[in-house]
Amino acid sequence: MRDPAALPRLLLTLLALALLWPGLSLSELNLGALFEPGNARTMGQFLGDFWPPAHEADFLALLWRATLETLAIATAGMTLALLLALPAGLLASRALSLSALYRGGRPAWWGALLRWPVRGLLIVLRSVPEIVWALLFVRAVGLGPTAGVLAIAITYAGMLGKVYAEIFESVDGGPARALLGAGASRLAAFCYGVLPNAAGEMLSYSVYRWECAIRASVVMGFVGAGGLGQQMDLSMRMFAGEEVAAMLLVFLVLVLLADQLSRLLRSRLT
Amino acid sequence: MSIQVHGVGLTHADGTRALSDVRLSIAQGERVALIGPSGAGKTSLLRLLATALRPSEGHLQLLGSDPWQLSARARQQLRRRIGLVHQQPPLPPRQRVVTAVSAGRLGQWSLPRALLNLLHPLDAAGVQAELARLDLADKLFARCDELSGGQLQRVGIARVLYQQPELLLADEPVSAMDPVLAGHTLGLLGEEAQRRGLTLIASLHAVDLALTHFPRVIGVREGRILFDRPAGEVSPAELEALYVNDQLPSREPPPSAAPLPVARC
Amino acid sequence: MSRLLNYLLLGALLLAMVASFRFLQIDFVGLISPDALEQMGDYAAGFLAPDLSRTYLEELGHGALQTLAMSAIGTLLAALAGLLLALPAAGRWGLVAEQAARLLLNALRAIPELVWAALMVLAAGLGPNAGTLALALHTAGVLGRLFAEALENTPAEPAEAVRLAGGGRVAAFVYGTLPGVWPQLLAYSLYRWENNIRMASVLGFVGAGGLGQMLYMSLSLFQHAQAASVILAMLLLVLAVDAFSAWSRQRWLSR
Repeated sequence: MRDPAALPRLLLTLLALALLWPGLSLSELNLGALFEPGNARTMGQFLGDFWPPAHEADFLALLWRATLETLAIATAGMTLALLLALPAGLLASRALSLSALYRGGRPAWWGALLRWPVRGLLIVLRSVPEIVWALLFVRAVGLGPTAGVLAIAITYAGMLGKVYAEIFESVDGGPARALLGAGASRLAAFCYGVLPNAAGEMLSYSVYRWECAIRASVVMGFVGAGGLGQQMDLSMRMFAGEEVAAMLLVFLVLVLLADQLSRLLRSRLT
Repeated sequence: MSIQVHGVGLTHADGTRALSDVRLSIAQGERVALIGPSGAGKTSLLRLLATALRPSEGHLQLLGSDPWQLSARARQQLRRRIGLVHQQPPLPPRQRVVTAVSAGRLGQWSLPRALLNLLHPLDAAGVQAELARLDLADKLFARCDELSGGQLQRVGIARVLYQQPELLLADEPVSAMDPVLAGHTLGLLGEEAQRRGLTLIASLHAVDLALTHFPRVIGVREGRILFDRPAGEVSPAELEALYVNDQLPSREPPPSAAPLPVARC
Repeated sequence: MSRLLNYLLLGALLLAMVASFRFLQIDFVGLISPDALEQMGDYAAGFLAPDLSRTYLEELGHGALQTLAMSAIGTLLAALAGLLLALPAAGRWGLVAEQAARLLLNALRAIPELVWAALMVLAAGLGPNAGTLALALHTAGVLGRLFAEALENTPAEPAEAVRLAGGGRVAAFVYGTLPGVWPQLLAYSLYRWENNIRMASVLGFVGAGGLGQMLYMSLSLFQHAQAASVILAMLLLVLAVDAFSAWSRQRWLSR
C-alpha cells in the first residue's frame, strides 16, 4: 500500500527548505557575529560592568525622575486615549442605533455608513505601531515626553475605542432600547442603559492597557520620547553597563509593580 | 524458567497494599490467564512483571536476570524483550496506526532510524503483516482517533507483536471487544504465542474466555494468589470464592415466571 | 467600608491622572496654537503623496522581504530554543533545572524586543542580524513558557509505554509526547509570528534592518514621501501576514 501522506510531506519539506535558504540570507542570520573577537570583547566588558549596578546618589536621582516621567507619560497618554475613545466607541457601536430599534437590532444601511468611517479610523490608529507614531511626533514636536504622550493617546484610543464598542454591544441592549423607544436622548440612554453594566469591563480592560502603556513608554523612549527608555538609550550608546543594568532592574520592578497594582484595581473595582 | 517470583509484596506510594507474598514460577512458552475481581491486583502484578513497578519486598527473576539488580542501561535492554499490552492503549490520538505500531521496535532501532521512520514509515510491509493477523490491514494509514475501542485495542496488541518480545504480558487485552471478537482475538494471540515460542500472561474479566483459551489459570484476590491450576481443574467453588463480594447489597432473585394457577370454576 | 475604599481608589486614580499632566508640564496651549498647528499641518502634508516610483518600490519590496525573513527566522529559532528550554521548565530534569529554566524564560520575556534589539546591535553590529537575534531571544521566553505549560498538561502514558518497551528517552519524547502537543506548539508559534511581524518592522529604529531602518532614515532626512510609502508597506505586510496566519490556522489546526 502506498503511503498517502508521503507526497504531501515531501512537497512540504522541499517547500520549507526552499524558503529557508532565502530566509537565512535575507535576515543575514549570523550567530557567529556574537563571538567575533572585537564584538565579544566589547560585549564582555559591557556585561561585566553589570555587576554592581550603578548606585551613585545623583544617578539614582536621575533614575527616579526618569521612572516618574515614564509613569506620567503612560498615565497621561491613557487619560487622553480614554477621552478620545469614549465618544469614538459610542459612535462606532451599534448599541445606540435608533434605526436598529425598528429592525430587530440591526441598523439600516445608512446607519452602517456612518459607523464604518469611525471603525476604519480606529483600525488605522491601532495598526500603525505606537513607536512609529512616537517617531513621527518626535520629529514634529521635538524630543521629550510630549511625543510619547501623543503617541500613546492615538494608538490606545484606537484599541480602547474598538474594545469599548464591542463591550457596549455585548451588554444586554434591552434597557437602552427601552429608553430610546421612550424618547430619551442617546446620551441619556447610554448613561442609564449601557454604562452601569459596561463600566466594570471597561475599567478592567483600561487598567490592563495601562500596564501595556508603561512598557510601551519605555520602548518609545528609545526614539526620543522621554522617560526611562531615553535614558537607557543614552547609557547604551556610552557603553555604560552599570547604568544600563540599574535601569533594566528598575524597569523589571516597575513592570512587576504595575502588574500587581492592575490586579488590585481590577479585583476591587469590577 | 522464564519467570520466578519469590515472596514479592508491593505497596503503592499512597500506602495501599497492592500485592502480598506472591510466589510464581512460569516456564518459557507457557500460556497463563490471570483472573480475579476488580481491584484484586492483576494490573499491579502485570506491571510488576513488566518492570514498571519495583517490589517493596521480595525479588523476582525475569528471563534469567533480576531486573532491579541491573544497571539502568541493562534494564532498558531487558525491557526490550518484554512486551506489555496496556488496558487503555497508550497511543497519541493524532498518530497514524503505521507509526503507532512501528513504535514497538523503538527499543531496537537507532535514534536516526527512529526519527526517519517518523517522517516516512520504513517498514510499512512488516507493520501491515502484523495488522493483517488481527484483521486490521486496511487501517494501516488511518489515525488512531478514527478507530473504535476494539480496533484501538487490537492496534495495541499489534504493536506488542511487532516488538517481537520473549515475554508477552496483556492487561485486559479484549475488554472493549464484543464476545465473538474477543474470543477470536484471544485465539489468535494464543496461536502467535505458540508459533513464536513466547510466554504469554493475560489478565481477563471474562472467566469463560480464560478457561477456554488458556491451559493454566491463576486466581488473584486482594493482592494474593488464591489458586494456580490447570484450566480443566478449576472448580466452581473456587471461582465463587474468588469473586464473592461482601460489600454489594444482596438482592432477592426476581420471582420466577411460573404460570399463575387459574382457578377452575 | 468597602464602598468608601472603592471611591477613595477612584479618587486616587483621577488625582494621578491630573498629576501626571502637571508633572510633564505639557504645553497644550502651545500645541494647539495656530503656529504649531500650521507647522504640524505642513509636516503632515508631506505624507500625503507617497513615493511610488519603480526604484523605490523595489527598495520597499526588498525591505519588506527582509522584515518578513527577520520575523520568520526569528520565530523559528525561538520555537526551537523555546522547546529546548520548555523541557526543564516543565520539570522533566529536576527541581533545580526547573527553577533555573523558568527564571531564564522570565528574564527573556520581560525585556521588550526593542531593548533586546538595541543590545544586539551593540553585540553583533547594525543590520537585520541583530533584529533576528533580538526577536529570537524575546520570543523564546514567551514560547518557552507556553510550551512548558502545554508539556505539563499532556498525558505521560504514551511516552512511558515506549520507555517500558525499551525505547530511549528521545525516541519516547518524539513518538509519545510530541504528537500530542504538536498542534498547540504550532498554533502558539504562528500566533507569535503574527506579533513578530509588527515588531520586526520597527526594530530597524535602533538599527536592526528591515522596513524600520528605512523609515528611520527617511524621517531623519525629512524625505516624507518615502516615509509615507514605508508606512503603507508596513500596514500591507501586517495585513497580509494576519490573513495568512488565520488561513493556515484554520486549514491545518481545525481538524
